[in-house]
Amino acid sequence: MTYFADVAALARKDILLELRSRDTLPAMLLFVVSALVVFHFSLPSDASAAASTGLLWIALLFTALLGLGRAFAAEREQRVLDGLVLAPCDRSAIWLAKCLGVLVFLGVAEAVALPAYALFFEPVGWELVAAVVLADLGLAAVGTLLAAMAAASRARELLLPLLFLPLVIPVVVGGVGATVVDDPARYLGFLALYDLIFAILSWASFEYVVAE
Amino acid sequence: MISARGLGRRFGSKRVLRDLDLEVRSGELLLVTGPNGSGKSTLLALMAGLLAPTEGEIEVDLPRGRIGYLAHEALVYKELTALENLDLYGRLYHVPERRETIGALLERFGLWESRHQRVGSFSRGMQQRLALCRVLLHGPELLLLDEPYSGLDASARTLVDDVLAESGGSRTLVVASHEPEHVRPLATQALALA
Repeated sequence: MTYFADVAALARKDILLELRSRDTLPAMLLFVVSALVVFHFSLPSDASAAASTGLLWIALLFTALLGLGRAFAAEREQRVLDGLVLAPCDRSAIWLAKCLGVLVFLGVAEAVALPAYALFFEPVGWELVAAVVLADLGLAAVGTLLAAMAAASRARELLLPLLFLPLVIPVVVGGVGATVVDDPARYLGFLALYDLIFAILSWASFEYVVAE
Repeated sequence: MISARGLGRRFGSKRVLRDLDLEVRSGELLLVTGPNGSGKSTLLALMAGLLAPTEGEIEVDLPRGRIGYLAHEALVYKELTALENLDLYGRLYHVPERRETIGALLERFGLWESRHQRVGSFSRGMQQRLALCRVLLHGPELLLLDEPYSGLDASARTLVDDVLAESGGSRTLVVASHEPEHVRPLATQALALA
């Protein structure tokens, strides 16, 4: 129970920091809506539903990347991550709490993005919502680990996309697949498996990322 | 409590510490002096476990939750208030009677009136006092203090002197300072880095 109390304290802090600074969420919201507007005007009127779905996933992926780039910004300032790492709590609690924060921000961005997508392109079905929820788990799990790695680097703006984008290609494959085929169960199962594997790997390896 | 043998640390091609042997027993106060770049902060970071040695070895006979580490930076969030920062650390260190302990520390270091202010609005001296509160919050057995007098006015310097004096024998201290005259009377060992 102590572990989850630590996670709750850290996650609460992340939400509070965002409510105070408003650094991340407004940028994510503006980006995802702007991207969908641009895609709306750039896509030919006779384009297929599959093409617009693909563009939605691109917009969601880069929105997540935008949020992840800021995920450890507060810890970079004043070297707060050193303070957290020295605390006796399990270091994976830092990862899990940050993951929850990223999930909340992604969820809010998508709560705006999906209605905007329905307005500009196609109606949103249950399979798209399910795929987005499952994709969020994987994006947050992998992205938080990589954001912590990148935060320690001087070339973090370059390093994060370079590491993140190749690793989340399966999420795009699963997400697009689940929304364009008749039977999405196989792709949703694939996304769930990806989430499980990468969440366990990220949770277990975070300790080594923050330790020198 | 702390033992190092042949300890060295490189950052790329630059060697900061070289072939250092030391032994600090429980209750001792080690004063570390030396010019800028001589490796004082690196040595404390190695003791805290934030850095790994590139040569030799260092052993600290305590779990990390029993160590208090004062760095150059306050290691607190600027967007949170003093109270929120200490509450977060109090929770992570599982401090019993957290609210009372935090209140007492804020009173002692003259930050009670500013407890609801965001740390970003604090002066350098106030941030250093908050950092001292953070370091003492969980009652550490080993205190690693890197330039504890930095940015402090005369009254706050007295508070640091008091912390050092009252720790005498009851906790182990390692203090890196450019102002050794404050610490030297209490030090049981001194290490001058070149």
